[in-house]
Amino acid sequence: MSTLLEVSGVSVTFDGFKAINNLSFAIADAEMRAIIGPNGAGKTTFMDIVTGKTRPDEGRILWGDANISLLGLSEARIAREGIGRKFQKPTVFEDQTVRENLLMALRNARGPLQVLFYRPRREDLDRVHELSGEIGLLDALDRKSGELSHGQKQWLEIGMLLAQEPRLLLVDEPAAGMTPAEREHTTALLVEAAKSRAVVVIEHDMEFVRRLGCKVTVLHEGAVLAEGSLDHVTANQEVIDVYLGR
Amino acid sequence: MKPLVPSLLLLLASTLATLAETGPMQAVLQEHRELIVKSSRKTIGPAIDAVASSGLPEAQSVLQAWQVKNMWMRKSDGLFFLGEKIDAKTYRLIDFDSGDSAGEFPKRALKNIKPNSGIRAMIGTALVQFQLLDPEPERRMAALDAIERSPDASLLAPLRNSMEGESDAGIRARKMRIERLLTIAHGTGVDERVEAIEEMSTDLGVDVRAALNPLTRTEVKAFTGEIPDGLNVARSLVPGSDGLPREEAYALLVATGLAPAMVGREEIREALIANLEQDSVGGAQAGELGTDQARMRAYSVLAEAGMVPPLVTGAEIDAALDAHVFAEIYAEASPAITAAAEAALARIANRVGFSQGVDLALDALSLASIYFLAAIGLAITFGVMGVINMAHGEFIMMGAYTGYVVQQFVPNHTASILIAVPMAFVFTFGAGVAMERLVIRWLYNRPLETLLATFGISIALQQLAKNIFGTQARPLTSPGWLDGAWVINDVISISHIRIAIFVLALAFLGIFLFIMHRTRLGLETRAVTQNRRMAAAMGINPDRVNMLTFGLGSGIAGIAGVAIGLYAKVTSDLGADYIVQSFMTVVVGGVGNIWGTLLGATGIGFLQKGIEWFNPSNTLAAQTYMIIFIIVVFIQLRPQGLIALKGRAAGD
Amino acid sequence: MSQGVLAKNPSVLTFLAVLGLFTLGVTLMSEWAGTEIVSTSLVKTLGKTLCLALVAVAMDLVWGYTGILSLGHFAFFGLGGYMIGMWLMYERTHGIVVSSLAEAPIPPTEAEVVAAIGNQIFGVVGSSEFPPIWAFADSLALQLVLVVLVPGILAFVFGWLAFRSRVTGVYLSILTQAMTLALALYLFQNDSGLRGNNGLSGLQNLPGLDHVPQSSISIWFFWASAGALALGYVLSAWIVSGKFGSVIRGIRDNEARVRFLGYPVETYKLFVFTVTAMVAGIAGALYYPQAGIINPAEIAPIASIYLAVWVAIGGRGRLYGAVIGAFFVSLVSSWFTGGQAPDVNLGLYTIKWVDWWLVLLGLSFVAVTLLAPKGIGGLVDLWTGRLAPDRHGADLGPDAGSLREAEAEQ
Repeated sequence: MSTLLEVSGVSVTFDGFKAINNLSFAIADAEMRAIIGPNGAGKTTFMDIVTGKTRPDEGRILWGDANISLLGLSEARIAREGIGRKFQKPTVFEDQTVRENLLMALRNARGPLQVLFYRPRREDLDRVHELSGEIGLLDALDRKSGELSHGQKQWLEIGMLLAQEPRLLLVDEPAAGMTPAEREHTTALLVEAAKSRAVVVIEHDMEFVRRLGCKVTVLHEGAVLAEGSLDHVTANQEVIDVYLGR
Repeated sequence: MKPLVPSLLLLLASTLATLAETGPMQAVLQEHRELIVKSSRKTIGPAIDAVASSGLPEAQSVLQAWQVKNMWMRKSDGLFFLGEKIDAKTYRLIDFDSGDSAGEFPKRALKNIKPNSGIRAMIGTALVQFQLLDPEPERRMAALDAIERSPDASLLAPLRNSMEGESDAGIRARKMRIERLLTIAHGTGVDERVEAIEEMSTDLGVDVRAALNPLTRTEVKAFTGEIPDGLNVARSLVPGSDGLPREEAYALLVATGLAPAMVGREEIREALIANLEQDSVGGAQAGELGTDQARMRAYSVLAEAGMVPPLVTGAEIDAALDAHVFAEIYAEASPAITAAAEAALARIANRVGFSQGVDLALDALSLASIYFLAAIGLAITFGVMGVINMAHGEFIMMGAYTGYVVQQFVPNHTASILIAVPMAFVFTFGAGVAMERLVIRWLYNRPLETLLATFGISIALQQLAKNIFGTQARPLTSPGWLDGAWVINDVISISHIRIAIFVLALAFLGIFLFIMHRTRLGLETRAVTQNRRMAAAMGINPDRVNMLTFGLGSGIAGIAGVAIGLYAKVTSDLGADYIVQSFMTVVVGGVGNIWGTLLGATGIGFLQKGIEWFNPSNTLAAQTYMIIFIIVVFIQLRPQGLIALKGRAAGD
Repeated sequence: MSQGVLAKNPSVLTFLAVLGLFTLGVTLMSEWAGTEIVSTSLVKTLGKTLCLALVAVAMDLVWGYTGILSLGHFAFFGLGGYMIGMWLMYERTHGIVVSSLAEAPIPPTEAEVVAAIGNQIFGVVGSSEFPPIWAFADSLALQLVLVVLVPGILAFVFGWLAFRSRVTGVYLSILTQAMTLALALYLFQNDSGLRGNNGLSGLQNLPGLDHVPQSSISIWFFWASAGALALGYVLSAWIVSGKFGSVIRGIRDNEARVRFLGYPVETYKLFVFTVTAMVAGIAGALYYPQAGIINPAEIAPIASIYLAVWVAIGGRGRLYGAVIGAFFVSLVSSWFTGGQAPDVNLGLYTIKWVDWWLVLLGLSFVAVTLLAPKGIGGLVDLWTGRLAPDRHGADLGPDAGSLREAEAEQ
């Protein structure tokens, strides 16, 4: 398995506070990874850096088989390179229908002119249908997404991510505020997704992480504290001190 | 005129007879009787000079009497007397020399000498030498004023004479200064004048420059062959250079008669029209003359026939220019003086430039204070609370009108300002609180809608002010002690009111810092701004804090309105004039930071004055360029303002 | 393609039908048709209002759909007017100058004609030279191109600078306002080359058509304005109906999210900003020949704010809302300020609407923002039964989204 994303020696400082401190991280194709850590460990900032929202002060980020640098690329460009991101809060376009949301996310040309003259093709509509089935929103295709429940919005967002067909999925606390049944569905969705692409999940809920059954990276004060299977890291004394023990 | 001649002859004869019996002043007057009676500005000079330079003690009183039309001539013998009115028809005559009465006479036996205003001015100049020695200091000052108004060569000597005995130090200094200036213009020797020029070359007074400028005046002249010796040449010029374009050089030759005039398009057209005969001229039909080439052809035909002056060709112009030399010639003949004057002017220009720089900086500082005053309320409502209040300018206007209304009831200006400031605060504070309660609190987190809603309030308030106070500007008069200016030298001065505004701006900065960092309200405001829910959870009532903070910002705008009203006219557009600059001040400085606002105001003030300095005639252009400059700087360099928040807080 | 648009937006057909009926009705009742129920000046007012409706549609596209509160679109409108005004004024003065010079004994040269025109046009600002910006004033075709190009280029350059630096929200609004102010101040100068505060005048007279009565010219412009509005409306409806519409509404509601979907947000904004500026330029080019005069005061920032007012009162985010708003506010406004509204006698004080109309407008604007954010267009929702769910103040989602619960319709 070749390395898909390689982050090395990245640091970023906000007003003298070192949010990320010489962080290195790598993930391969079709790998699932959970990132855990206490509040302020730099989990979300790490995603910001990878997706281009925050520019690191130093370090490098290499992407894909051609090892291109993501530094200096715009968020949109990075997204087109194949990195999808799901925010902590569900962010779907509430004023638009589920169908419109999914169509917008569908992997197609993104330029204004192409979009202006774009009309959905047969296979696009089929794909939307298929996706909405996966996320359990088949009946809700023509409803405004603002009317969906919290969990449905989370799924819609995951569905939009899948529609983008990214090679790397960054998912920030997907299970927050969900009922147990909804969590199970979410887990299934993520595990399914990780079969064909890399998935990074930030999560606080240990039970959820355990169910994902993947390698775990523990962040602390902007750096990697431990890495390995869940059992391995939870046995680590340092991890217990800074995170689990509290 | 004719009947006068024999009578004049008669008078002349009697003069000779009476000459022996009259005093010396009468003799001087009689000598110039004809000129005095004729009373013409062109010829009166010798008569005035004769009296003034007679050296007689009566000279001053004679000139004074003459000037105020109190000099009379007795028709019987042609003698001059001071006339004293007894009644409408009778005058008592007083002899100039002795001061004794010469008896009473009916008006018809006398002739009043009535000098016209030109002559009176000449007499005034002649009187100056006496007034310079007058015991009354005011008179002596008045005499110096007269010299400054018309610096005449003849006054130099009396002025120098009067300096010795001058007792008043101030007047003496002034006399010496004016003596130097007179010497520059009218001194007798070159050395004396050069010395005076060098002495005055550190003085920034406008009068010094006015005295020096004529010395360096030049004129471009054209010469055939060599420049004749004896001329004070400033520089020689080559036609076609920057100093002397070819057209100007040739025009000079034409003007001095050294070359034939060029025939321009307009002349060709007129010549053709003048020579039209039966719709045809120079072998062409009138209708064909719609192009320059056709007109030239027709004109050449006319010129060959000798009916119009020939065209001047380019080659002829070249030849004429080659045949002559051009030079700038000083009007002043002495090279030493012109060189000294040029050097002195250059020195003065340097110092004036420096002083102007200082003056400009002071101007910019005061403009910055005004912008800061206008923006500080906004720094609270927009900067701290994030509420876009387009009606902020109208709060400033309300403050200014409050000042105006208070002045209608309290006539004492000092007292009325002291009352108006708290009144304006209370009034606009109330308006601000009302607006926050009624409108803004429903629109938190919807900045664009806040912008539009407050804009609606803004136009309503403006129109309301128009309906109440009318469209014309209302005066808000400042107290007497704020009139006048602090004058540092002839170039640098700053009005007291601007100083007051500067002080007020500093005071507001202090008040703002105090409220925000030393009071409970400030603490709560900062808490609510940073995290509304958390602040609410800690027992702070965010609604109350928002209301008070907004009221505070509005109230400060009201006080700023009083200050700005003193400086500008109070109109309903007063606030609108400042709103864009205010927003730019806050935005450029960086939202949420009072130091940024200060920096923004200073930057915008200096920038605007700086641009105005480059282009002083056109303040509209200055404002245009300033705004464009700010737009570009703002969006290119610091989209978040000069002092920006960093980190995750800035992102979302 | 347009079938899809119409299917998705039945309101477009309704709108076109209403516009067609309106145009037909006004035409039949006009002086031109001989019935004279509608006076020529009213035809001009209605024609101008159609142009205002067009620029309001453009504003709705840029604000209501894309979420950019531009306070500069009326400046683009004015620029369009200036561009066509230059040709109108040049050609008309040309005609006058040529006929007056024809009386001279010999015919004028080309340079003399140009100099005389310059003297006529720029005499008021103490100049007679043609500034370089008038280089194409003698060509209708080129000036027509400039009607679109000048606002387009200005919008493009400004937008490119601003969007690239990610200036958003209120900052962008203030910046566009500053741009408008700078433009107006520039045009106020006598040496701007566009006659300073005198502006361009006599635009109601079409060159070479002196014999045509104003009643005919006014109805031609009325048709042209109606046609332009119809085209602009259909174009806008087409733009917002498809995926492009989804994307720009997404940008309005959550710019960052759209970016993470891979769309170049800045390019989209720039596209909408520039295209709408061009539409505004066209609307202005049709408006000012009907108004007869254009001067820099027309461009002042307040005009652009009024434009936003129309769209908000009509109901933003729906194209017919913008048209309704422009029609309603500008017609009511001219009714009140024209002295036609009856004064209200309160005994102690008589309310003269000429004085009080702006107060009323300002306050009603506050009321609309507070009480009826959907504007007049919201009435249509009542009609069609589309009501917002009452969520009892619960969050809908992201704080950054500009859409609030009232707008999440059923």
